[in-house]
Amino acid sequence: MFVLVVGGGKVGYYLAKELIESSHEVVLMEKDRGRADQIADEIGSVVVAHDGCEGKYLGEAGCARADIVAAVTGDDEDNLVICQMAKHHFDVPRTIARVNNPKNEALFRHLGVDEIISPTRMILASIEQDIPVHELLHLAALGEGELEIIEAHLQDGSPAIGRAAGDLTMPEGCSIFALVRDGVAIPLRPDTTLLIGDKVIAIGPNECSERLHEQLIGAIGEAVGPGN
Amino acid sequence: MKIVIVGAGRVGSALAEAYDAAGHQVVVLDLSTSAFDRLPAEFRGSAIRGDGTDEDTLRRAGAEDADVFLALTEGDNRNVMATQVAMEKLGIKNVVAKINDPVRAAAYAELGIATLCRTTMQADAISAYLGLGSMGLPGVIAPTGSHHGDDAHAPLAETIGAGASGREA
Repeated sequence: MFVLVVGGGKVGYYLAKELIESSHEVVLMEKDRGRADQIADEIGSVVVAHDGCEGKYLGEAGCARADIVAAVTGDDEDNLVICQMAKHHFDVPRTIARVNNPKNEALFRHLGVDEIISPTRMILASIEQDIPVHELLHLAALGEGELEIIEAHLQDGSPAIGRAAGDLTMPEGCSIFALVRDGVAIPLRPDTTLLIGDKVIAIGPNECSERLHEQLIGAIGEAVGPGN
Repeated sequence: MKIVIVGAGRVGSALAEAYDAAGHQVVVLDLSTSAFDRLPAEFRGSAIRGDGTDEDTLRRAGAEDADVFLALTEGDNRNVMATQVAMEKLGIKNVVAKINDPVRAAAYAELGIATLCRTTMQADAISAYLGLGSMGLPGVIAPTGSHHGDDAHAPLAETIGAGASGREA
């Protein structure tokens, strides 16, 4: 596989190195000449010391025959343009962009980038997993980010405890679709009574998360713990 | 008309001044407040410090119902991204991005953005002045497609292109 990596920061450097070790063909583009030379000293003559946002240099680096273009610079707008140029101008089948601002994920997907890698989102998710306190856990965004899947860990004080799933007043457009009890996913029926320790998985528009929070966790501000 | 201009450099502030004087409602955004020093004291539009590629910032600046959106910062890619946010997220039809890389300028015109390329414009002007023949490069490359690959984009008013190229020098 021929992979064109654009951006010779830490991510681009290690990515190129790993790919070469797994016997892929790699070209790395880094516009800073000094940095490009430094990387070339280590991983060999696969480094092109030019700006990968410039159409001319993308072409010269072999973009038109790349199987994958990975845009991993530190600037979101550069990564977007690199992927769009690769996709639309050079017909690259698969483009991957690093996105730093999580708010750009949906936009990039909408604008045709095939895969989005968001370090910020990943670290956020990891931090949220570590905080088992009274918070909704955001599991995934669907579509173009309008819908999200959340998880609520029911604890003492939740207004949902002891009530049947069908009796909960869900915000419009939201629904609970799974229940995890003692690590096992169990069928969710309207008469299933919710217990302390249950994990409730719900889907809904992201603007409803405050009301979902009220229904499943309790009124915002009453709960204690970090993250509030 | 409501006109949003991202980037208060020489071109951006010259257009802001001219459109404001002509009675249009003008909103200028720049990352640096010192850029607004270029605007005249009598400028009646809004000058907002903020990131013109950020949807929330643009909404707060009141860009949603703009008739025209011009991205004229020094960064080609910032301009590309700002205009795509304007088109796709805010639904603004008439957008122009300054893209000084000729390849990118042509490519994005095919993706539905009217683009303005200083490189080709100046080369053309110099050539024409020297009598070495015009290179036939347009001031603003009108959009011919969209990134969705479906219908052609709404054509941009001729007057916008003429205004922009006249101010470039």
